[in-house]
Amino acid sequence: MNDGGHLLFYIAALPFLGALVPGIMIRAGRNACASFTAVPTALALVLLGMLAPAVLRGEVIQAEIMWLPQLGLSASFFLDGLGLMFAAMILGVGLLITLYARYYLSGDDPMGQFYTYLLLFQGAMLGIVISDNILLLLIFWELTSLSSFLLIGYWKHLPEGRQGARMALAVTGAGGLALIGGMLILGNIAGSYNLTDILTQGEAIRASEWYLPALILILLGAFTKSAQFPFHFWLPHAMAAPTPVSAYLHSATMVKAGVFLLARMWPVLAGTEAWFYIVATTGLVTTVLGAFIALFKDDLKALLAFSTVSHLGLLTMLLGFGSPFAAVVAVFHILNHLTFKAALFMTVGIVDHEAKTRAISRLGGLRHLMPITFLIGTAGALSMAGIPLFNGFLSKEMMLDAASDTVWAGSDWAVPVLATLGSLLSVAYSFRFIVHVFFGPVRDDYPAKPHDPGFGLWAAPALLIVAVVAIGVAPFLAGPIVAVASGAVIGGDLPYYSLKIWHGVNAALFMSIIAVAGGLVLLAAHRPLLRAWDAAPRPEAKAIFDALIGWAVAATRSVTEWSHNGTISRYLAIFTVASVGLGWIAYSGGGLAAPSREVLPVPPVIAVGFVLLVTATLWVATMHHNRFQALVMIGIIGLSISAGFVYLSAPDLALTQISVETVTIMLLLLALHFMPKTTPKESPMGLKLRDAAIAGVAGLGVAGLAYAFMIRDVDTISAFHLDNSYEGGGGTNVVNVILVDFRGYDTYGEIIVLGIAGFVIYALMQALLNGPAARRLKNADYSQDRSRDRHPLMMVVVTRVLMPIAVLVGIYLFLRGHNQPGGGFVAGLVIAIALLMQYMASGFAWTQERKKFEYHTLIGFGMIIAGLTGLAAWLLGNPFLTSEYGYITLPPIEKFGLGTAFAFDLGVFLTVLGAVMLMLYSLSRIARFAGETVNVEPMDYDPGERVADEKTEV
Amino acid sequence: MEVIVASTVGVLTAGGVYLMLRLRTFPVILGLAMLSYAVNVFLFSSGRLAIDQAPILSLYEDLSYSDPLPQALVLTAIVISFGMTAVLVMIGLGAYLECETDQIDIESPDTDEAGEDRTEKDAKA
Repeated sequence: MNDGGHLLFYIAALPFLGALVPGIMIRAGRNACASFTAVPTALALVLLGMLAPAVLRGEVIQAEIMWLPQLGLSASFFLDGLGLMFAAMILGVGLLITLYARYYLSGDDPMGQFYTYLLLFQGAMLGIVISDNILLLLIFWELTSLSSFLLIGYWKHLPEGRQGARMALAVTGAGGLALIGGMLILGNIAGSYNLTDILTQGEAIRASEWYLPALILILLGAFTKSAQFPFHFWLPHAMAAPTPVSAYLHSATMVKAGVFLLARMWPVLAGTEAWFYIVATTGLVTTVLGAFIALFKDDLKALLAFSTVSHLGLLTMLLGFGSPFAAVVAVFHILNHLTFKAALFMTVGIVDHEAKTRAISRLGGLRHLMPITFLIGTAGALSMAGIPLFNGFLSKEMMLDAASDTVWAGSDWAVPVLATLGSLLSVAYSFRFIVHVFFGPVRDDYPAKPHDPGFGLWAAPALLIVAVVAIGVAPFLAGPIVAVASGAVIGGDLPYYSLKIWHGVNAALFMSIIAVAGGLVLLAAHRPLLRAWDAAPRPEAKAIFDALIGWAVAATRSVTEWSHNGTISRYLAIFTVASVGLGWIAYSGGGLAAPSREVLPVPPVIAVGFVLLVTATLWVATMHHNRFQALVMIGIIGLSISAGFVYLSAPDLALTQISVETVTIMLLLLALHFMPKTTPKESPMGLKLRDAAIAGVAGLGVAGLAYAFMIRDVDTISAFHLDNSYEGGGGTNVVNVILVDFRGYDTYGEIIVLGIAGFVIYALMQALLNGPAARRLKNADYSQDRSRDRHPLMMVVVTRVLMPIAVLVGIYLFLRGHNQPGGGFVAGLVIAIALLMQYMASGFAWTQERKKFEYHTLIGFGMIIAGLTGLAAWLLGNPFLTSEYGYITLPPIEKFGLGTAFAFDLGVFLTVLGAVMLMLYSLSRIARFAGETVNVEPMDYDPGERVADEKTEV
Repeated sequence: MEVIVASTVGVLTAGGVYLMLRLRTFPVILGLAMLSYAVNVFLFSSGRLAIDQAPILSLYEDLSYSDPLPQALVLTAIVISFGMTAVLVMIGLGAYLECETDQIDIESPDTDEAGEDRTEKDAKA
């Protein structure tokens, strides 16, 4: 890294930091706002000036911050000659635009917003020209599209502004996407995403078979941004933006980003036939077409817009020639075009501002009314026409020189003739600009009385015109910057060229003379030509664009409305089919290894269980209309699975499955009480068959997958857990040790999810019972479903007796969990079931009265205990949830290990218990609203009292 | 045995998917519950099958054990899928009580002609 490299970071960051300021400073007034906008720009310009001498000496300044080097992601910037020239242009013109916009915007326009957008854009643009990493460059590229969208649509009340902004975003955004693809290909060929590396690999890249796709994609990005034919149409529509924006984005900076990219990539991509024919031809067509249309535009800004299109075409053509001399001319013309075109745009802005119109047909004779503006505008237009003593002349002569000896497809006249035609048209519209606006008689029907504006408004264009004339008269002034920037473009020795007014009598001089003379003739014949133009049919770009967009919207809408029509079964079907399809693709892509495991035998009892399970599943699938039966069948499935777990060496799973099964069925039963008891048979046969087919395919796929891996061995990390469970975790039940120790973090997350699920259910129920559903529940008639004896004696007695036993079993399972099947999850579920039995036996109200703690608190305590256990590890200097344990000997019991894992498991236990109870409790609370009578007695029918009654009767 | 387990997974998946595609909430919930059985068994089977080799370490003799890691994952998955089923049940129940129907398909208001008619009627009323 060279000295001063870090300054590049500040330069890149300043506009973005500065963008925060105007929105606030607008409260202090418009002058303060504009001044504070100028500060970051000026600062960046000063920093750039500090780096400039080194760059002009030919050094390249680099700065890099690594982020993810493995992915080629880094924030790296570099500043070479080309970057310096562009950065200076962006910041310099930015400063002038800030000044100009201060006086241009009216009091009704939100100026703070404008300056914020402007600085955002400036930062993005600056980022493009000094990025070293091409991925970073792409980000800034997209940012310019976005910020220019905001700027073009700045006058939100104007439909043209909104449409123009959308069009610009659509076109440049699409180009940006293509560019991303191209850049990624380029990075892959070069093996690096840093421009400085890519630029050294030109030959390898041009020889690569991926060169052409990369070239086309990158050119799409550059051409859309720089408004090259056939993407030129967005630029004139973007002229709905305020004039400072047009002057800044659409003449000086953003549209040059595409040209900049071509120049940047010139050493790598240029020099091939494909490059020449695509780039030079596009440029040539664009320059002639743009100039031709500009000649007939009535709107001054449209005239300038098409003139810009034409000049961008010129630059593209020059870079497309692929010769070093043409590249130098392109660099020089970039600089010249910036000065005169920005000044011209500002002139038009002044005319528009003062005369309240920019229609050429309503203007004329302004030279007497606005002498200063006249001078500025004329000087700019003469430069645009390429008249000697203005800088446009110099680069135009050199351009014609470069064009005069370019052979296109074997023809040595096509390029020179068309280039001359382009400059001829350019002369014509430039003179039209001068003559039709400023000359002619003074009219008396201007929409407003035009007069010269205050100094603030004409200062910026005047300064630019000073540069126009200075370079025009003394071309050596621009010598150093052109030399160093061209050196960066060419990436080698500079060709012979000289920046001077008189090159002697050569072909270019004759072409120039023809252009000026022809241009003047065209202007003289403008009136009949315009009539012919208006009468001629021509394609309207906006209509074509709108039709294309309309077609795209209709196409996407039809897809969306087909796939996203509000029917969840359709989404799920699409999702399932897509998953199966992807699985099939993955399967057919790679082969399978040979089976490496012995298949285990099937004992008869397992076969019976399997038949049971399949029967139950088919039963549910076909007879699910009777919901109660379906639930019973689901229970059978769950129990069969638990049995399978027992057989297949997974006692913990079996325990968990069987207790979860119980709780699930209870939950579904409770819910079913308040829902319809049958499902109507409404699916047509076709739908059923379709769903059955989808389900069958999905089932086959999953079964095949499971079978395929079950008959093959695989290396897993499980050996580690088996080896370290006792030594490192202090327990012999490896599953439990994994849960509370090895993968304690996962478990911690999972109990939190479970706790949240509990709270969600509680909250939903609370909301439900406060809504209209509560009224509906109150009025519903559930009496027919109800048994006469809701709290039967036998059940009450048995559950009371079972309660302490079940709790004991739960505690036992919990305590032994670390060494034998059991643990916090199972224990929590078992105790929850014991409590739920009391609710079932004696009813909600009776049990509720005897409840001593809230279930919410249980969840909370569980999470806190588990969390604190994890944090305790920090006190010992270990990472979160590292467990500690030791052996304790209590006399009557055998020596046993007690560790922090125990406390963690306690947290799991409490959370599971609390969550399960909260869920079922919430559901059963509905009963209170459904007109259920409250019983305070443990059972409805107490035989003891009955006997007493009978005795008293007797 | 492997065939049995694989077909269990397959049958449960098929049943689950079929029910999931029904048009009322209750069968859909049952379908999702069934699908979670299938997923649990599937995950479990990824540890390969073993008989009489429960991963409970014996301190006194050298034995081979089944893979404990998928078991641990499935254990929490069983509990979590219960939690999710409970939330679904609650949502389904809430939807039924609020809307008085347990149909799960929403007719899109801007494409449905009947919907437009309804808004027109509302406007007239």
